[in-house]
Amino acid sequence: MQNQMTVIFDADTENEAFARNTVAAFCALLDPTVDQINDIKTAVSEAVTNCIVHAYPDKSTRGKITITTTISDDSVHIVISDTGVGIDDVSSAMQPFFTTKPEQERSGMGFTVMESFTDSLTVEQNKPSGTIVSMTKTIRGADWKENRH
Amino acid sequence: MTIEHYKKSDTLFVKLCGELDEHHSAYVRTTIDMLTDGDVIKRVYIDMSELKFMDSTGIGVLIGRYKRLKPRGIPIFIQSPPPTVDKVLKLSGIYEIMTKAG
Repeated sequence: MQNQMTVIFDADTENEAFARNTVAAFCALLDPTVDQINDIKTAVSEAVTNCIVHAYPDKSTRGKITITTTISDDSVHIVISDTGVGIDDVSSAMQPFFTTKPEQERSGMGFTVMESFTDSLTVEQNKPSGTIVSMTKTIRGADWKENRH
Repeated sequence: MTIEHYKKSDTLFVKLCGELDEHHSAYVRTTIDMLTDGDVIKRVYIDMSELKFMDSTGIGVLIGRYKRLKPRGIPIFIQSPPPTVDKVLKLSGIYEIMTKAG
């Protein structure tokens, strides 16, 4: 059985804590460990920060960020998308320490953190513009599957 | 996000309290720079025991402070990061340039 929620909010740094805490609260339905919740919060924060810092360079208009979180029996699937400028070279962007804004003291570790803190990460172009980041994390292990009946 | 600080002899202690993300990064950056610029200090301890959350934005802030203080020969020590923060710190390799003290 799947359960899904979607939030849409302005690409503003003020909303970062809201975004990660909202996803974490929804994931709590799966009864995750504290470590798993923290991993999810960190991964979501990285993706949302990317949208805020890179997706909408025209600061006169506020872009939107959409997060759809789906929980199933044993895992959580999080899709974070924007309709901004997109990423020219996704494979370069995913390299550790790669940043297009070194003058802003960016670590270039965002995708590396997302990759390390979840079980799978994909980055693709949104149509007609923008980026879609999808992450999956298994919350319940084999023990739970064996014992659920 | 709040920052507590005090100086003991020539050591500056900075305690980060709250959640360090993009929203609070400028405040942390400018506060630490203000505390370290022009003052006679020989080392900086950053106490993370009350830091509830940090993403890679915090790594950028730390590396930036390292680059500013290194020419003055001032090392940065990281104190008491909670496990969730420590995980990001380890992943970034920051402990190759800053020592974890406690």
